[in-house]
Amino acid sequence: MSKTDVLIKELVTKYGKNRNSLMPVLQGVVQSEKCLSEETLISIARELELSAAEVYGTASFYTFLDTVPRGKNIIRICKTITCHMKGKDEIILALENMLRIKVGETTHDKKFTLLTANCLGWCHKGPVMLVNNEVFPEINVQKSIEIIEKFSKETA
Amino acid sequence: MENKTLKKIDLIFAGYTSTKYKVLEKTFQKTPDEIINEVLDSGLKGRGGAGFPTGLKWKFTKNQESDVKYVVCNADEGEPGTFKDREILERVPRKVFSGMAICGRAIGAKEGYLYLRGEYTYLVPSLLKEIEIFEEYSKQYNYGFKIFIRLGSGAYICGEESALFESMEGKRGEPRNKPPYPTVSGYNSKPTVINNVETFATVQVICKIGAQEYKKLGTTDSRGSKLFSVSGDTPIAGIHELELGMPLQEFVDEFGDGDTKAVQVGGASGHCVPRKQFNQTVIGFEGIPTGGSMMVFNSSRSMYNVLHDYLEFFTEESCGQCTPCRVGCQQLLKGIEAVKRGERPPSYLEDLKRLAQTMKIAAKCGLGQSVANPFNSIIDNFREEIIY
Amino acid sequence: MSKYLVNLKINNIPVSVEEGTTILDAAKQLNFKIPTLCNHPDLSIAGNCRVCVVEVKGQRLLAASCATPVSEGMEISTNSEKVRSSRKHVIELLLSEHNADCTKCYKNGNCELQELSNEYRVGDHLFLDLVRAKDKIVDISSPSIAKDDSKCIRCQRCVRTCDELQAVGALAVVHKGDHQKISTFLNKPLNEVVCTNCGQCINRCPTAALTERNYIEEVWNAINNPEIHVVVQTAPAVRVGLGEDLGLEPGHRVTGKMVAALKHLGFDSVLDTDFTADLTIMEEGTELLTRLKKALVDGEKVALPMMTSCSPGWIKFQEHIYPNLLENLSTCKSPQQMFGALAKTYYAQKKGLNPKNMISVSIMPCTAKKFECDRPEMRSSGFQDVDYVLTTRELARMIKQAGIDFEKLHDENYDSILGESTGAAVIFGATGGVMEAALRTAYEIVTGREVPFTNLNILPARGMQGVKEASVRINNVLPQWSFLEGVELNVAIAHGLANAKVLMDAVSAGTANYHFIEVMACPGGCIGGGGQPIPTSPEIRKKRADAIYSEDEHMTLRKSHENPEVQQIYKDFLHEPLGHKSHDLLHTHYKARKRY
Repeated sequence: MSKTDVLIKELVTKYGKNRNSLMPVLQGVVQSEKCLSEETLISIARELELSAAEVYGTASFYTFLDTVPRGKNIIRICKTITCHMKGKDEIILALENMLRIKVGETTHDKKFTLLTANCLGWCHKGPVMLVNNEVFPEINVQKSIEIIEKFSKETA
Repeated sequence: MENKTLKKIDLIFAGYTSTKYKVLEKTFQKTPDEIINEVLDSGLKGRGGAGFPTGLKWKFTKNQESDVKYVVCNADEGEPGTFKDREILERVPRKVFSGMAICGRAIGAKEGYLYLRGEYTYLVPSLLKEIEIFEEYSKQYNYGFKIFIRLGSGAYICGEESALFESMEGKRGEPRNKPPYPTVSGYNSKPTVINNVETFATVQVICKIGAQEYKKLGTTDSRGSKLFSVSGDTPIAGIHELELGMPLQEFVDEFGDGDTKAVQVGGASGHCVPRKQFNQTVIGFEGIPTGGSMMVFNSSRSMYNVLHDYLEFFTEESCGQCTPCRVGCQQLLKGIEAVKRGERPPSYLEDLKRLAQTMKIAAKCGLGQSVANPFNSIIDNFREEIIY
Repeated sequence: MSKYLVNLKINNIPVSVEEGTTILDAAKQLNFKIPTLCNHPDLSIAGNCRVCVVEVKGQRLLAASCATPVSEGMEISTNSEKVRSSRKHVIELLLSEHNADCTKCYKNGNCELQELSNEYRVGDHLFLDLVRAKDKIVDISSPSIAKDDSKCIRCQRCVRTCDELQAVGALAVVHKGDHQKISTFLNKPLNEVVCTNCGQCINRCPTAALTERNYIEEVWNAINNPEIHVVVQTAPAVRVGLGEDLGLEPGHRVTGKMVAALKHLGFDSVLDTDFTADLTIMEEGTELLTRLKKALVDGEKVALPMMTSCSPGWIKFQEHIYPNLLENLSTCKSPQQMFGALAKTYYAQKKGLNPKNMISVSIMPCTAKKFECDRPEMRSSGFQDVDYVLTTRELARMIKQAGIDFEKLHDENYDSILGESTGAAVIFGATGGVMEAALRTAYEIVTGREVPFTNLNILPARGMQGVKEASVRINNVLPQWSFLEGVELNVAIAHGLANAKVLMDAVSAGTANYHFIEVMACPGGCIGGGGQPIPTSPEIRKKRADAIYSEDEHMTLRKSHENPEVQQIYKDFLHEPLGHKSHDLLHTHYKARKRY
């Protein structure tokens, strides 16, 4: 049994073998793997006795439950109007240059995926970005680069 | 109309000491009906934005016959411009859990769920710690009420209560047909009270100071105070607790940067009020109701960009199941782009306004129904900016 | 407890309806038609297309009439200005994301969206065209079903069908917002997912987003080729459905006209799948008795209950979902494939034809048969046994193309041989029919007497209940069947795969005590097949089933073993049921497929 399958079994045991557990199970896997592979989706469907299409349909509804490969660190920059007003475009541009990818892409070394997100709930302290589950409000170009550099070192 | 002036209040975040769950001790000496009457008496209306009387919701749910009932706290704060719930959960989670426990006692529910948006996952560790404290307390006093956390995963629509239940049940967050309402059939098809984070925290406040004291604040239609999330072109962005019923002009005087041309009241799904209407606009259920989001725009901002941003947001965040919302949002977005590019005549904006009006009455849930608010108010007041 | 009545007014006319009735149904009682798209009588309520909105006095929001129950004192307007303009908007919005190439469309003239846009005079393209180029790439990976996303209006009827009626879950709603669409697991092509090809989604698709793969041109080419001898077989359920696509009301038996039409179209021999239905009873009945003997006398371990194998959608369902129960399936091929194997062997020999120069066509109420004829196992004659499968709908289209005035045709008879049949074969077309036919023959073989039911009508096997059960006590058996003396034969019948699943779960869990189970993939059996005329509803299927049983009553022969051509083929060619020849031509095997 693969590491992921073990994780899925653990999650199902923890939350219960029923449909209500689908979200926590999907979230648990994404937490550790960053995305949901075909095999993972199938394992979850099998464990919870759902159709694979149903599991995919549910996962694909949620922005954070990625079903395409992602980097080890996922950067999400808030793109909503107040963060826009505070200069999120410059930050995106800076990180695109730094990581040599466009929004939506993953770096060659699979360290980073750069995404935008709808309102992250820090409108008074924009621009804001999430790296994985960590939040960084009131960033600017300089700060955002430093933060990503730090993550880059930690992911060596 | 009662004339209120802007008044800063400090109830939600005040008095948060290590006294643990003292308010519960006091409140649980009352019968469920007494608790509900207290909440009814306070005039508290839901703080998520829709403004349904909280006590009434509780009463309906209490009157349902069912072995299992649930309390759900809606912490799927996703409305652009709103960030108060995060702050409450960060700073005074105990008040929220108290409110949930009080609700559980009032309606006869043994389980409470906090549905927290995935964007706030970083709050989980501190919330779990607080739940531990709550449960110790709950055990000690034999309250028999448990609180669980469920996470969202990046879907604005899950803030719609029935979509939230669908999500908790492991499904796509697609709003349900209503009726039945949650008070009859909510989570797991059981009678459920679902309230916003701030509503539960306010219940704690009301139980602490008493309904009599609480309803001295605000107006007949809008009792009490409320948290406002202030952002945009303001020197004092942040969270401010204000008495309900104030004129928008006073708000702008206090929070604006001196060059305010519009305030978006109630987030992306709210109304855009232009400068010329500041004086006649009251913030409250008798005027413009709001979940608390106040986005301030000064004259350097393009209202086309603002509207475009909102429409892009709704186009992406519509669940997609109902026609008016799924297709309507796309048509509004692409429609203003077409007008901007000159591919459609300015009069096409009138067609789009009629479409927005249809969305307002024919969409399945609040998301699609409210797109007309920003659309029509921005088109009506900033028509030139949209066209040229 | 009787429900109490709710009083309301619709368009100012008072009406009292039972509590819980929807506004839509209440309006129907007053003969007010409210347009619908996502609503379907076979499915749960969705309330998502919003075309059925009505105005309720005192309410700011319009109500989706399909999803809103009536309440006391309601005053409803089904045609107010608000309602009309909203409805028109909804239709215009749907058209804006719909590839409206109506004149070229396969469903032109039978499209609910087209009908509505005509009714509401949606002529000027008000809104911007949102159809994406990539959605115009049609998925034709399946030999049975074509999926065209550019025609999809997201009513989700197909998803509910696949889930609620069929418990398959091949289709799902994926993504959200402007990216929301109806798709499969990871957007894979239909032939790579658990799709059973049953075609029930097609029957409920209001537009042309889901249609059968059609092979009309291929069949015309065969007919028009003088070198080729084209045989055609017609399944039992086609004769009670075809009329609906040619201007007749549901429930008409058109057997004779259909045969006449096929001859007009130019088929060289017009034969009947009913013949091999009778043959199936001989083979499958014998197989059941053999399995019972092995179990009861020889103490051998055999797979019981035995399950019918006529329905290819059901077969693929088992292969995907219950591979543990494949042994329980009868090894008999479906009547279509038995026919195909015999057409290019026995029939060819008798008629002096070279099978190389034969094309075998079948007219089926079914889309799964298109997949079935393509299975590699189905080449026992040395050739592809059945070359083309046309649905009832495709045949109707050919008849229209040929300019035949169907209603004026004089009845004609099937050609011989392989054209004779009994009432037992006809009822294969309705749920419970195979069971009834099998019991008529098996009981008589074992006891020497007719089944103890008035006029041979085994009523417990009939009707539209999802799962039916019956027990027949076998007494006073003939000497060679003494092991069956006093045995209570327990049978069960399911139609619609969701009902089949209930039975299969019981069998898997070992809590079922059946000897024989009949399953048809489609609701109502083949009369409700995925290839039958659209629309479908419980009432329509009931009428078709009634027609099937009336066809049976009108037959002189009503027991499969009395079919003279069947007797003849055993004498001349097959020799005995389950014999060598049978094994080679009429039986098959199954393979486990991935569920995920």
